[in-house]
Amino acid sequence: MDARIVVAGASLGGLRAAEQLRAAGWTGGLTVIGDEPHMPYNRPPLSKEVLAGRAPLASLAFTPKASAADVEWRLGTRIVAARLAERTVELDDGSVMSYGGLVVATGTRPRRLRCPGPLAGRHTVRTLDDARALRDELTRPGVRVVVVGAGFIGCEVAATAVGLGAAEVTVVDPLPLPMVGPLGDLLALVLLKRHEERGVRFLLGGGVAAFAGDDRVTGVVLNDGTTLSADVVVESVGSLANTEWLEGNGLDLTDGVLTDEHLRVGGRPNVVAVGDVARFPNARYDGVPRRVEHWSIPTDSARHAAKVLVGADAGLAPFAPLPTFWSDQHDFRLQSFGAPALGLDDIRVLDGDPDAGDVLVGYHCHEQLVGVVALGGQAAARGAARYRADLLKQPALTA
Amino acid sequence: MKVVVDMNKCQDHGQCVFAAPDVFRMDDDGHLAYVPDPDDALRDEVEEAADVCPLQAIRIED
Repeated sequence: MDARIVVAGASLGGLRAAEQLRAAGWTGGLTVIGDEPHMPYNRPPLSKEVLAGRAPLASLAFTPKASAADVEWRLGTRIVAARLAERTVELDDGSVMSYGGLVVATGTRPRRLRCPGPLAGRHTVRTLDDARALRDELTRPGVRVVVVGAGFIGCEVAATAVGLGAAEVTVVDPLPLPMVGPLGDLLALVLLKRHEERGVRFLLGGGVAAFAGDDRVTGVVLNDGTTLSADVVVESVGSLANTEWLEGNGLDLTDGVLTDEHLRVGGRPNVVAVGDVARFPNARYDGVPRRVEHWSIPTDSARHAAKVLVGADAGLAPFAPLPTFWSDQHDFRLQSFGAPALGLDDIRVLDGDPDAGDVLVGYHCHEQLVGVVALGGQAAARGAARYRADLLKQPALTA
Repeated sequence: MKVVVDMNKCQDHGQCVFAAPDVFRMDDDGHLAYVPDPDDALRDEVEEAADVCPLQAIRIED
């Protein structure tokens, strides 16, 4: 491959891609382009330790490997378009850069609610700047917080807000239980109870119709007409893949950029995608391409994609990561291995008591264990880890 | 190779143990224990362990 490799996106996926390209033997030019002004930093603490004021912002920065010391970082720069046939990308300053290889690592952005009402006072949590702005508001005395969206980030933010002493914390979601999509009824019910015991209020089964207030949000109007008073609103209603810049190249950009089983994009040998912008088939499961927003995916996918891009992939098996994620909420941690969402029809308690203390839950598909989730402390997490080897050994699921 | 773990950052996730079981383990209390001066032959797996640490608490000092 001639010329340089351009990595589009300067977060965890972009960083790991650059490092792994060097590890895979690429000694040519390497440019990482990202729209945030910051060097890559760790996002999971944004909804927890950073909001709570326990993690100094400087502690979030990743330390790039020495092998990536000569990488060119173009920060505060957005790629506005790509012409894959011509092997060029266009930057927001109007300049055009040619490449020999391209890594798509532009990640996602928070989805926003499209309801009438003011924008001021409404927050999302994706970037360092988002978390800083939200922290300033959450630490005001007597603050009333409404979180829209009872997924992982919403529940983490709600827990953090309670911990900061917010006067009221209410979570609103059209679904009947928190985190029910990825975790299923059994654990979602347990989590609802444990959040409520710790001071979070839930209004479930209804959506948001509008935001009240003139210049700034003062309340959230629900579909049933009631209005919740709010000084701060957090929108945690999912994310959108940043793929607009790839339009016009004949790619499938339905919910992320579609890749093949080796993370190649559009059948091109010189374009790969990594991280949560990539919609990839996982050879470990049913082969259905999905975007995966777990923290482990950028690192796993960069390791694979870098080998593919530099042609060091002879005999490389299809990408088949074992998904893993965690979530810290209040005084408990959720730890997951495998794909619980593929086993929601057959959920079994493997250990512990859902009504008290630690609990370990198994998810099955066709009688096969496909995921485990632990809720609780260290012992629960260790219990889940014991199943990890089993999950790695399972035969692939057939569709 | 010299490995340093910032134990103030470590939250005992245990991801490093999966990546480099020859270097990292969880003790009976569920806390991280590790070999501070592993053989250089283990560099790849130690680098992977450092990559997958959710707290980015593992540093490799050459």
